[in-house]
Amino acid sequence: MKSEIDLIKRIEAYYSHEMTAEEALAFEEDRKTNSALDHKVIAHLDFLKTLKSFGEVNALRVALNQIHDELDVDSLTEEYKETPTLLSVLWVRYRKNLAVAATVAIFMTLITLFSTGQFNSSEHGSNYSELKRDMENIKRSQTALIRNINSTSKQPKDISQYSGTGFILSANGYLVTNYHVIKDADSVYVQNNKGESFKVETVYVDPEFDIAVLHIKDTTFKHLATVPYTFKKSNSDLGEDVYTIGYPKDDVVYGKGYLSSSTGFAGDSIAYQISIPVNPGNSGGPLMDSKGNVIGIVSGKQTQADGAAFAVKSDYLMRAVNSISQDSLTQKISVNKRNTLAGLNRTQQIKKMQDYIFMVKVYN
Amino acid sequence: MSRKINHSIPTDNEIILGILNNSSSTLQYLYKAYYPMILQLIINNNGSEHDAKDIYQESIIILHDKIKSGDFELTSKLKTFLYSVCRRLWLKKLSHKSRFSENIKDYEDHFEVEPDLAQHEEKDQQFVLMNSALTQLGEPCKTIIEDFYIHSKSMQDICEKFGYTNSDNAKTQKYKCLQRLKKLFFNLK
Repeated sequence: MKSEIDLIKRIEAYYSHEMTAEEALAFEEDRKTNSALDHKVIAHLDFLKTLKSFGEVNALRVALNQIHDELDVDSLTEEYKETPTLLSVLWVRYRKNLAVAATVAIFMTLITLFSTGQFNSSEHGSNYSELKRDMENIKRSQTALIRNINSTSKQPKDISQYSGTGFILSANGYLVTNYHVIKDADSVYVQNNKGESFKVETVYVDPEFDIAVLHIKDTTFKHLATVPYTFKKSNSDLGEDVYTIGYPKDDVVYGKGYLSSSTGFAGDSIAYQISIPVNPGNSGGPLMDSKGNVIGIVSGKQTQADGAAFAVKSDYLMRAVNSISQDSLTQKISVNKRNTLAGLNRTQQIKKMQDYIFMVKVYN
Repeated sequence: MSRKINHSIPTDNEIILGILNNSSSTLQYLYKAYYPMILQLIINNNGSEHDAKDIYQESIIILHDKIKSGDFELTSKLKTFLYSVCRRLWLKKLSHKSRFSENIKDYEDHFEVEPDLAQHEEKDQQFVLMNSALTQLGEPCKTIIEDFYIHSKSMQDICEKFGYTNSDNAKTQKYKCLQRLKKLFFNLK
C-alpha cells in the first residue's frame, strides 16, 4: 500500500521534472535492473493515458451534443424519411402469406393439369381437341336400354367412360378408329346401329398417325356382307364435297361439309382440314367423298377456330394397314376394292353404310 | 445565399487540420455536413433519429480518435469513411436486435472498416470501466483526479478549490485517490 503510493510519487516526480539529477538517475537505474518495477511504471503510464483520453472523449461527447442541439432534427427527419408506398407496406406485411399462397396456387395448378391429362395431350398443342366423347356423366338413353333387352348379345353392365366412332375395314370384323380413342383402355367394345355390343381387341396402333386397328372377337358377331366403300389412296382436292357418319350421341349422326385445306392442324401434312360440324364422339369416323370413297378418318378440331376439323388422310390409313404383319392375325384383312356406292344418291349411300359404322366404347 | 458563396467549404484536408488543432468550428462544420446522410441511412433502415444520433456521434469519435492518434491517412473521402463506419455500427446494432438482414438499404459507397471498429470497441470497454471506477471512487477524489489528470489544473488551484491548508496535503490526498482508482479499475477488469 505504502510502496504503491511511493512509486506513484516517484513516477510523477520523474515525469514532471521535480527530481534532482541524482534521484532521476537512481530511478532510471532501478527501472533497468528491476524489470517488475519497469512493468509497473509502464502500466501506470498506460493507465494515465486511458484516463486522459477518457476525459477527452467525454469532452468531445459534450461538444457533439451541443452541436447536435443546434440541428433541426425534426425537419431533417421529415426531409429524409422515405414514406413507404401503400404497396410496399402491404408487401412487407403480407409477403410471407403471399409466398405461401403462390406456392399453393402453383401446386394446385400442376395437380389440376396433371389430373386432367393436360400434360399428355401436349403433342397437339392447346387448341387442338380430340373428338372422343367423355361418357362418365352421360346416362345411357332409354331407347338403347330397350334395345339391349331385346338383343341377344352380351352387354357390359357399367357405362363406358369414353366413346368414339369406328368403321369396318374388312367384312370379317376388322375396324379402324383413332388411336386417341382407345388409348389407355382396359377393354374396348363396339356397338352397331342396332345397339348390339361386341368385344374387340386392339390389333395395331400407330400413335404418330393416330390410327388404331381393332378386331371383333366376339362369337356372336356374324360376318358382314361385302363392304360397300373403298379407300382412296391419292389425295383429294380442295372444295370437294365430303361427309361423315359418326356417334357423337348414342344414335348415328350424319354431317356434311367440304374439304378446306390439304394440311391439318399447324400445317400437319398427315391430315386434311375439313369444314364439317363434328363433336366429341366423331373421332374415328370415316370421311367420305361424294362417290363413296373413304378419304380420311375424322380425328379432331381446332377449339379456337370455327369450322376447322381435321381428318387423317386415308393414304396413311392404308400404309398402316399394310404395315401389319398378316401372319400375326387370325384372319386376313382384305380391304375391299370394289365400290358399290358410286352411283347412289346420298341417302342410299348412308343407308348402305350404316351397318359398317360402329360406336367404339372404352372402359378404363 | 450570397453570404454562403463567399464562405468556402473546407476540404477534407482542412477538416483534418482543424481537428488536429482542436478547432471547434471545424468540428461543428463536419458534424453538420454529414449528419443528414447518416440520418437518412438509419431512419430508412428500421432506426429512429435517436439511433442516428448515437451512431453518428460514435463514428465522429472514431474519426476524431484516428486523426488525433496521428496515423490517419486519407485513403478515401471523409464522407465515405463516416458512412462506412455508421453502416457497420448500425448492422451490428440490428443484429443485436436480431432483426438483422444483410440487404440493408444503401445510399452511398462504403468499404470495410472492421479494424478501426475493433480498436474502438476495445477502447470503449476501457472507458466504461473507467467511468464506473470513477463513480465508485466518490467525492472529493473524483473531482481531484478529473481536475488534475484530465483538465490538467495546477495543484495550487485544486488546493484552493478544496480548501487544503498546504499543497503537500493535497498531493498526498491526490496520490491516495489515484492509487484507489487504479485498484478499482484493475479489479473491475
